[in-house]
Amino acid sequence: MKSIFAEIRGLLIGDTRAAMVVPPTGFTAYLTIFSTATMAFLGIFAVVMALSAGRVADRWAQELAKSATVLVTASQDQMQDAVAATVRVLETTAGVGSIRVLSDDEQRDLLVPWFGPDMPVDVLPLPQLIEVIPTSDGFDPEGLRLRLQGEAPDAILDDHGRWQKPLIRAAQRLRLFSLFCLSLIAITIIAVVTLAAKAALSANAKTIHVLRLVGATDEFVAKAFVRRFTLRAIVGAAVGVIMGIIAIMLLSNAGKAAGFLTDFGLMGINWLWPLILPLLFGLLAFFATRAAALRLLRELT
Amino acid sequence: MNATIERDQNVIELQAASYSYGHTALLSDMSFSIEPGSFHFLTGPSGAGKSTLLKLLYAELLPSEGTVSLFGQSVDQMSRDQIAFLRRRIGLVHQNCDFLDHLSMTENICLPLTVAGQSARDDLDQLLAWVGLTHRADALPPQLSGGERQRAALARALIQAPEVVLADEPTGNIDWEMSQRLLTLLIELNKMGTTVLIATHDLNLIRLAKSEIAVRVLRIKDRQVQFAGSDL
Ligand SMILES: Nc1ncnc2c1ncn2[C@@H]1O[C@H](COP(=O)(O)OP(=O)(O)O)[C@@H](O)[C@H]1O
Ligand SMILES: [Mg+2]
Repeated sequence: MKSIFAEIRGLLIGDTRAAMVVPPTGFTAYLTIFSTATMAFLGIFAVVMALSAGRVADRWAQELAKSATVLVTASQDQMQDAVAATVRVLETTAGVGSIRVLSDDEQRDLLVPWFGPDMPVDVLPLPQLIEVIPTSDGFDPEGLRLRLQGEAPDAILDDHGRWQKPLIRAAQRLRLFSLFCLSLIAITIIAVVTLAAKAALSANAKTIHVLRLVGATDEFVAKAFVRRFTLRAIVGAAVGVIMGIIAIMLLSNAGKAAGFLTDFGLMGINWLWPLILPLLFGLLAFFATRAAALRLLRELT
Repeated sequence: MNATIERDQNVIELQAASYSYGHTALLSDMSFSIEPGSFHFLTGPSGAGKSTLLKLLYAELLPSEGTVSLFGQSVDQMSRDQIAFLRRRIGLVHQNCDFLDHLSMTENICLPLTVAGQSARDDLDQLLAWVGLTHRADALPPQLSGGERQRAALARALIQAPEVVLADEPTGNIDWEMSQRLLTLLIELNKMGTTVLIATHDLNLIRLAKSEIAVRVLRIKDRQVQFAGSDL
């Protein structure tokens, strides 16, 4: 393990001795850079997708915990008793922070968008709405529902869960799917770099033979290739990430103008990801090339 | 490692060693040893297996049967790293004189130092002058003639002051005058303690060496290695 750290340090500082003994490769180098750039482009999308989906799921879950509404339906003359009964139940429910019985004006304002300002809502038999603000621990909606059934049968608890829970689940699945894509991208990088490294080693069989004859260890020979592929992966990933970020910004700006995709993008500490991704790719390339080189060299004399 | 034990040890020792490419045996049942500080020639007709035998002596090939020991250790018990370190003690002139074509002659000659993590020697210019390559120091290998390549290969073999020099037809492509100079250089090195083994079919070279120092001649005949008498 120690030697690996020494090797990584050598890579960054630059062991030009090992690097110069392998001839420069030209065209195939660009293919490796292109593939890692493409993977990084897709990778940054997957990261942003995972982060955004997580953000959406969290926000919806928070909103879900934040408020609930109780509807009390009763005839005009029984309404007051029914509301009082409901309030009693709510006030003695653990996890309920505060409650607020909405005034007639507030209720009317809620209906305006649906029926228009001219609708005489006063004559409608409207249910009474009670807003329930939970404490930070929240309340148990099922338990409350059962209590209301027993003690205030005219009241119905609407915790918005029916609407939001499937959405939250979908967002969570989207995040999982994005992480899965990210793992596929990592595996592809390993495969691409392994293939490219193997091709490079085979193309340099004569060079490797000469190096071995003058006393080079496998580590020395591997180092020359490892350095090259690690640097290529880092450069490729940096290019891909930059392109990806530009694309994401264009997308989310266009989305914001149209009023959707508002959660899509990088925010705050998430901006570390574009830095991490090239390093991660470099690390993958380092180990993939090293493993491929040492395995292949063992088959040669 | 204990130096006194090393001095008594044979540099090269073969015990009933055989080698075959595929099914046909090329060299069989070879047993001989080469003492430190000795000067040997290996001779035999073309295709007899001289190059193959040398490859056994620096572990490019492993014996099909029997053992080949270098510096007291059997090659087929060595790890790949051990073989790499072993080769740093051996100066090798390969018959094909393979170089890295993208590096200059000087960089190629210094390659054994590079792979061992050592810096270039101060007397590099002297070595280049000795093999007559001073004016070709920055040339790339493909630009060199056969003779120049062979001299560069010798310089590369000598750069890390090896304990043993194994040379496969080192004078195959060069004129008699240069051959004499190279032989004189190898004889000088041998006098300072370097063990030398030269594979050649050039009998004049062997005669010249015999007139200067005590040499032994190994001959490959009928797939066997034997010490030749004074007749040659
Ligand atoms: N890699 C190989 N595979 C099969 N046969 C080989 C190989 N290398 C050499 N030979 C054969 O072994 C024989 C000896 O070759 P070599 O050791 O080069 O002889 P020399 O150096 O004495 O001329 C030759 O007949 C050659 O064709
Ligand atoms: Mg030969």
